Amino acid sequence: MKNQAIPRLTAKVLIPPILLFALYVQFHGDFGPGGGFQAGVIFAAAFVLYALINGVKATQEVVSMRTLEIGIASGVLLYAGVGVYTMLQGAEYLNYNAIDPTHPVHGQHLGILLVELGVGITVASVMATIFLVFANRARRNA
Amino acid sequence: MIPLIDAALLVFMAVITIVIIRHHGLFTVVMLTGIFSLLSAGLFTVMDAVDVAFTEASVGAGISTVLMLAAIALTTSEEKVVKSGRLLGLAVAIGVGAVLIYGTMDLPAFGDAAAPIHHHVAPKYIASPGEFDIPNMVTTVLASYRGYDTLGETTVVMTAAIGVLLLLGGKENEEDAS
Repeated sequence: MKNQAIPRLTAKVLIPPILLFALYVQFHGDFGPGGGFQAGVIFAAAFVLYALINGVKATQEVVSMRTLEIGIASGVLLYAGVGVYTMLQGAEYLNYNAIDPTHPVHGQHLGILLVELGVGITVASVMATIFLVFANRARRNA
Repeated sequence: MIPLIDAALLVFMAVITIVIIRHHGLFTVVMLTGIFSLLSAGLFTVMDAVDVAFTEASVGAGISTVLMLAAIALTTSEEKVVKSGRLLGLAVAIGVGAVLIYGTMDLPAFGDAAAPIHHHVAPKYIASPGEFDIPNMVTTVLASYRGYDTLGETTVVMTAAIGVLLLLGGKENEEDAS
């Protein structure tokens, strides 16, 4: 679709708001609908749109497969790490109260924010990876 | 008004299901499944389950559709028509459907306050926005009360990507080039 002006321009206009909306859904999940899963999928959708317009190769220059692989693992590690941290603080695994013992509600807020961020990073990386791998294989077969 | 919206959405979904069954062009079928997901997202919204609706719209109607299209690009866009054993399949489908409908007859009505699910831990969860000072109780249940489950789900998502990477993500080599 490299030479089609309208899809290219539409994507150019749409991609920044999509990324911004994903971040809004990610960090506003405490107050409205949404959270890490939805935010990750929306974030990945921006990359899918970019790949549809500019091709897989150009997308991999923006974000390499290596970066995505690190993203996949680091989201889960962040989530599990929060649990390990609460254990080191002497509480149960994933008991966020222990993050801020003097103010458990703050601990809960921070814990939920961090694990949702972990979910978001993993889901976004996974969705982008799966699409790019499929598209890459299709390009090679063609 | 709401029963009218429900009826309209369900009729659309039923029609789309029939078209999906009858149609053999997979591109059309994938597009229709995306519309089906969007309609069910509308249904969830009517039932006040906005978080579920949001997930259904983004995952079901969005990413799944794109991934299915990518899969079509890798395989074929025509369904292989099977002529034999169709009556048996119909009988099994009707049988299973009838059993499922029979099973739902014992379920409490939608929104029934006396349903068991509203008397176990739900009252505590509903009171939780006060406890955690977080307005969206779906988030507190998902990330805090059921933190283990969400960790497991995230791990499952990661495992899916690892599987896809192992199957399709290999580097280009002599064998692929031929």
